Amino acid sequence: MTETTENITAEKKAVFPQEKMENSGPVPENQTQVNTESYQLNNLTPFAESIIQVSGEKLNNCYQCGKCTAGCPITYAMDILPHHIIKMVQLGMEEKVLTSKTIWLCAACETCGTRCPNEIMLSPIMDALRQRALNSKYKNKIGEKATAVFHREFLSSIKSHGRVYELMMMAMSIMKSGNLINFILKFEWVSYLKLLFAVLPKGKMSLFPHNIKKKKEFKNIFKKLNNAQKV
Amino acid sequence: MKVSYYPGCSLSGTGKEYGESTVAALKILGTEAVELNDWSCCGASSAHSAGKEFAVELAARNLLIAQDAGLDDFVIPCSACFQRTKVAEYALKNHPESYPDLHYKGGLDVQDLLSFVYNKIGLEAIKKVVKKELNGLKAVAYYGCQSLRHPEVTGAKNYENPTQMDEILKVLGADVLTWSYKTDCCGGSLGISQPDILRTLVGKLYDKALEVGAECIVTCCPLCMANLDMYQDAISKKFNKQYNMPVFYFTELIALAAGEKDAVKWFKSHVADSVKLLKEKKLI
Ligand code: SF4
Ligand code: SF4
Repeated sequence: MTETTENITAEKKAVFPQEKMENSGPVPENQTQVNTESYQLNNLTPFAESIIQVSGEKLNNCYQCGKCTAGCPITYAMDILPHHIIKMVQLGMEEKVLTSKTIWLCAACETCGTRCPNEIMLSPIMDALRQRALNSKYKNKIGEKATAVFHREFLSSIKSHGRVYELMMMAMSIMKSGNLINFILKFEWVSYLKLLFAVLPKGKMSLFPHNIKKKKEFKNIFKKLNNAQKV
Repeated sequence: MKVSYYPGCSLSGTGKEYGESTVAALKILGTEAVELNDWSCCGASSAHSAGKEFAVELAARNLLIAQDAGLDDFVIPCSACFQRTKVAEYALKNHPESYPDLHYKGGLDVQDLLSFVYNKIGLEAIKKVVKKELNGLKAVAYYGCQSLRHPEVTGAKNYENPTQMDEILKVLGADVLTWSYKTDCCGGSLGISQPDILRTLVGKLYDKALEVGAECIVTCCPLCMANLDMYQDAISKKFNKQYNMPVFYFTELIALAAGEKDAVKWFKSHVADSVKLLKEKKLI
């Protein structure tokens, strides 16, 4: 142990004497006993309950410390901050949450989940909200249609071939994104076309799909998807 | 040593040079990468968006093929594929009741390529294959998200400040610089549907790398590579700057330092010019 850590430990002992902490005796009757359970929200809204069930994340444990939001790389583009999403789910604010951009902009980087003091992972919660949004009466008010379309096109590409057919998947995602007009008018296509001519000769993007042998076995897994997610 | 090897979709497409340099670097280090038979897509970020169990089953297909292959080590270079496979393994181990048709016995060591090279091959063995040190190459190591997080699933120990790649690059003789953005997100699969987010996040990574004096960024993930390497023109335009940041896979640099002839071919296949820098440093 170095001298400084020794000093710190000594200081700590003075402030929090171990013995007293461990042998503090029975809790006086008039004192409320604090345990982690009391931080939990008891009356869960049905919306919150279903999101907890689908995501497997105990978002009722969230005490709004904001650590998830502090480390999230995408907050600048989000319309609702990650910890606010959690609170709004707790409160059952279904429409606001399901039509938000945030649930689609989460990059699933898991920075939040890694740091949350209550072991809540936000990315599975965002996933559950995406599924719920596509299955709800708000399905025509999706906050970020382009991203929803991308995921759909990705899945439909792998369903057909067993592996992703990058070229077609990218083309279809752009075509169906709902931003096609902007894509054309803002000359976005110029940079994509340049890129295409840069990578094609290098053999980095195949012009044709690669099909796996056991396509049927692979396709069967897609039966697990519920109706709104079917590709 | 023989290991089961899952290239994943990227390594046969935009990350082709990662696949080739992985096989070559492992061979130099005395390991044969045996490609999984009839492997399929791991589902990437789109599958978990659509359904948790669905995503597990897609990735589990490859896990079970690896189990049948019978080798102890299952090595996955792509961080996203690695994470999805780890999530599937975690689910099959901890919640087998939810997947009655998938029989995973366990005992397979599922590893990302970087961890495999660092833990099972080791710095000493790497040192032995170095023929030409990468002297003067000022680099930052960029790990990204998915080979590390969530640590409970990936098993990563040093997930806030990983050092494996830094240490490997130092053994190769490179001048490895310290920076704080090793594990910051590049935007991942948002790149295609949200190009502006990708450009903002990656632009920041270039700035932070340049700030510490780096001349190149070294990565272990094909999605990070695609995002960092392919859109430099558009990112420059957005920020009114002129970025030209060479990006390498760590496997390419291991092979280069070991004198692999094919290395030049990989560097030429990058979109951002990386050949010029290596020529300046007299490394090719
Ligand atoms: S870090 Fe965890 S506890 Fe804190 S606000 Fe975010 S979800 Fe809630
Ligand atoms: S997983 Fe999503 S919400 Fe969490 S830090 Fe990453 S982008 Fe933000």
